[in-house]
Amino acid sequence: MLRAALPLLGLPLAGAAATEEPTREPGSPGEPPPGLALFRWQWHEVEAPYLVALWILVASLAKIVFHLSRKVTSLVPESCLLILLGLVLGGIVLAVAKKAEYQLEPGTFFLFLLPPIVLDSGYFMPSRLFFDNLGAILTYAVVGTLWNAFTTGAALWGLQQAGFVAPRVQASFLDFLLFGSLISAVDPVAVLAVFEEVHVNDTLFIIVFGESLLNDAVTVVLYKVCNSFVEMGSANVQAADYLKGVASLFVVSLGGAAVGLVFAFLLALTTRFTKRVRIIEPLLVFLLAYAAYLTAEMASLSAILAVTMCGLGCKKYVEANISHKSRTAVKYTMKTLASCAETVIFMLLGISAVDSSKWAWDSGLVLGTLFFILFFRALGVVLQTWVLNQFRLVPLDKIDQVVMSYGGLRGAVAFALVILLDRTKVPAKDYFVATTIVVVFFTVIVQGLTIKPLVKWLKVKRSEHHKPTLNQELHEHTFDHILAAVEDVVGHHGYHYWRDRWEQFDKKYLSQLLMRRSAYRIRDQIWDVYYRLNIRDAISFVDQGGHILSSTGLTLPSMPSRNSVAETSVTNLLRESGSGACLDLQVIDTVRSGRDREDAVMHHLLCGGLYKPRRRYKASCSRHFISEDAQERQDKEVFQQNMKRRLESFKSTKHNICFTKSKPRPRKTGRKKNGLANTEATNGKPPRDLGFQDTAAVILTVESEEEEESDSSETEKEDDEGIIFVARATNEVLQEGKVSGSLEVCPSPRIIPPSPTCAEKELPWKSGQGDLAVYVSSETTKIVPVDMQAGWNQSISSLESLASPPCTQAPTMTRLPPCPLATEEAQPFHLPYDPRPSFAFPPSLAKAGRSRSESSADIPQQQELQPLMGHEDRTRLSPRTANSHWCIQFNKGGRL
Amino acid sequence: MGSRGSHAARIPDADSIRRETGFSQASLLRLYHRFRALDRNKKGYLSRVDLQQIGALAVNPLGDRIIDSFFPDGNLRVDFPGFVRVLAHFRPVDEDDSSMRDPKEPEPLNSRMNKLRFAFQLYDLDRDGKISRHEMLQVLRLMVGVQVTEEQLESIADRTVQEADEDGDGAVSFLEFTKSLEKMDIEQKMSIRILK
Repeated sequence: MLRAALPLLGLPLAGAAATEEPTREPGSPGEPPPGLALFRWQWHEVEAPYLVALWILVASLAKIVFHLSRKVTSLVPESCLLILLGLVLGGIVLAVAKKAEYQLEPGTFFLFLLPPIVLDSGYFMPSRLFFDNLGAILTYAVVGTLWNAFTTGAALWGLQQAGFVAPRVQASFLDFLLFGSLISAVDPVAVLAVFEEVHVNDTLFIIVFGESLLNDAVTVVLYKVCNSFVEMGSANVQAADYLKGVASLFVVSLGGAAVGLVFAFLLALTTRFTKRVRIIEPLLVFLLAYAAYLTAEMASLSAILAVTMCGLGCKKYVEANISHKSRTAVKYTMKTLASCAETVIFMLLGISAVDSSKWAWDSGLVLGTLFFILFFRALGVVLQTWVLNQFRLVPLDKIDQVVMSYGGLRGAVAFALVILLDRTKVPAKDYFVATTIVVVFFTVIVQGLTIKPLVKWLKVKRSEHHKPTLNQELHEHTFDHILAAVEDVVGHHGYHYWRDRWEQFDKKYLSQLLMRRSAYRIRDQIWDVYYRLNIRDAISFVDQGGHILSSTGLTLPSMPSRNSVAETSVTNLLRESGSGACLDLQVIDTVRSGRDREDAVMHHLLCGGLYKPRRRYKASCSRHFISEDAQERQDKEVFQQNMKRRLESFKSTKHNICFTKSKPRPRKTGRKKNGLANTEATNGKPPRDLGFQDTAAVILTVESEEEEESDSSETEKEDDEGIIFVARATNEVLQEGKVSGSLEVCPSPRIIPPSPTCAEKELPWKSGQGDLAVYVSSETTKIVPVDMQAGWNQSISSLESLASPPCTQAPTMTRLPPCPLATEEAQPFHLPYDPRPSFAFPPSLAKAGRSRSESSADIPQQQELQPLMGHEDRTRLSPRTANSHWCIQFNKGGRL
Repeated sequence: MGSRGSHAARIPDADSIRRETGFSQASLLRLYHRFRALDRNKKGYLSRVDLQQIGALAVNPLGDRIIDSFFPDGNLRVDFPGFVRVLAHFRPVDEDDSSMRDPKEPEPLNSRMNKLRFAFQLYDLDRDGKISRHEMLQVLRLMVGVQVTEEQLESIADRTVQEADEDGDGAVSFLEFTKSLEKMDIEQKMSIRILK
């Protein structure tokens, strides 16, 4: 185990400890040290975990270093580098400690290092591909491994009989069989490490990799059987034992798989009920999978098979049940653990090789083994492939066979198994150890290094990644059904038939049982693709221009979803705030309210009628989306906190109001400007608008100018009137921010007091319209409690959504505010503009949408759909900005 | 030819069928047995009812459509050559097929295009050479199941059509259909091994 003795790496530390301890020690013998020791060095108490952590750290650092140079890692597989590093470290250890330490112990390996790797590979195994090729995989795993073991063992024995192996290697035929069984298995860790970097086509990969996973059962059985035979002594082995050996093959493999499936079932079932304790979801996955591994190990079944099946079986249901965040957590934790374990394995493997006390060299044996494993692997592959190709729809061609033969890497499993041998029973153990080390090193380093060029040279079909499209997904399903139907017609119950059967069974019973209802409802592959495509669009949209957009007063497409997620449907809120607001205050012109309503109606129409599905989906699994963007979430959190604080302060300090009254102004102006920008973008200048989305940068400047022109005059004036004291400075700041057209706008609101937010949020236009600070504030006070309190109380998230409605409408209304009188006059003026925007939307959006789609996706024409999306974006864009602004404002306010 | 077994001899026009469909003797024989098994009353042809009797087809969402594809042009019965001709679409593609074939001859039934065409006509109910949004919606309704609401289905249908639609007519033509599946290994995905 890692903890072996004092560190090699810890040596400096140990040295320190050594120097330290003597000084302490004298005190301790005297038993209760008189005083409280200020400083105490307790290396021994932390030694074991400390060393483990240290080793992992070293391995990780090594990884980082390797990846500093892309050239190196593109040429040399990481596993090679790690092994070499291990060799070096091992050499250092040997030199310093005079004895080999920190070797790869079988116990550590099988109990701690192997499970995460296998779980990772099982869990993320492309199940469809796996089952499509199950026949081939099983053949190679079972027949191939048996073939390799027996032929290699027998050939080595023959070699010995022929006198090529030095006589000091005392091994019987059974010994050689035992050695053959442990050296014959292709190692999942090594295969994965190398093949993941090679990127051969999926079929080839899954066959080699699947084989390496599934052959564990065979290896374990063979190893155990041979081992017990060796221990019994060949003379005592009876025919019944051979039969038992064969039977145990089935017991171990099927038993292991069964254990895995049982735990997969349990895991899926458990995650169905974790709705309220999301936080333990990832833990459950790991715990139960590990439990499966240990259980199988305990029953001496194939633990690798158990974990593989567990991961393979539970994934579908678990993924559906657990939250999006948990899914991400599971994914990354699993990958981290696996990569960690893999790194450590290879490094320790390197270190272990240095220990010359453990092994004894015999050239005949080593060379013979190397030759035989390569030769029989190739021969076995060719023979099996020939048989398999009689049954395969897509035959494996010669190049595939070459890669498969060459990809038979041996790794740590073989090493751990050979270390486990009992020297008293297997006198030639040391020779076997040496041979295994050489074989492992040879396959991992030499084959690992050359397989990439080989694949390139042979022009092996590489895996090609293309984005899934709805069409492909749909048609693929169609094809599946067609094939199943045709098999029915032909009367041949083949693969498609059974898959179809299984899918129906799964749909009818298993999924019902193992998925929580909400998850089951939305768990459809086509729907899933659709959803993912939408998300991708949204993300790419954000990537492209979302940032800029948000600063100018529009929101990300993801925003709306979040709002709707809150279950306080946006539409409702809109309706409330829209109509309610108008009713509230008679101050507001009918015209305006009418316009407002129109806006609201338009909004409803757009986001409700046109793009419902997406929204809905989100509503059902809300968190999925939230976690997408950390930045956003952060914003949201900040926002929420501030809002809370704000609300509190608002409640408690009504007296503040007068203060508030005066202060809200500046913020309003800022907001107004934003609103203006928004309106202009959306309403006033449709053509601009479209540009807005595709080339944000360019247009940004235009807009800012625009803002300046139109706004500055208005707003300035407005500011003058509205703002009482604080405003001046802020104003300038604002103005500047405006000009730059970016987030700088936000800082300005610094001066803002706590309360106004809500009111403003809800009825921005009111404030604007009233133009009088008093109005605003009073409204705020009035409205907030009544209108908003409910929302507040409901949930913070609802608050956020509350914020959105006003913003959508804000543009229209806010424009008017400048001067109360002027507004009235201005209004008719503005009015003509307003209708236009709403009508102008589609075309502009269509263009915008298309431009977006062109860049993001490959489909050139999506006029119909995209516009809608764009639209939604647009309509809901405002809330986001509002939010960002608000956050900052509130922040400052809170501080104030 | 002379070597064909006694069973095969009973198949009417076995040679011409084989030439047209490319089936091996054994597959043809197997299909013939199947055909006769499906033909309950030994009437020499299959009716819709015969195919509908197949249990698993009833639960297949596309079962009806696939049955329909056996009865083109409103026929009510399908004879053995017709039966085989439909199934020939699913014969795996051999490498030597294309090289051996006379360029003048029409494409074999199991060519990529014909496989695709078969799938296409399952969508294209009104046979206008285009998958309209409506037709797409119908298929989706069959495939996606009950969990997804109608509106969601509609938006999926919209998106699917738009994804493939290149000329902007709001429908997917055969050309667009093949293009959308360009990257897919149709030869593999639309073949059944036993139908050699």
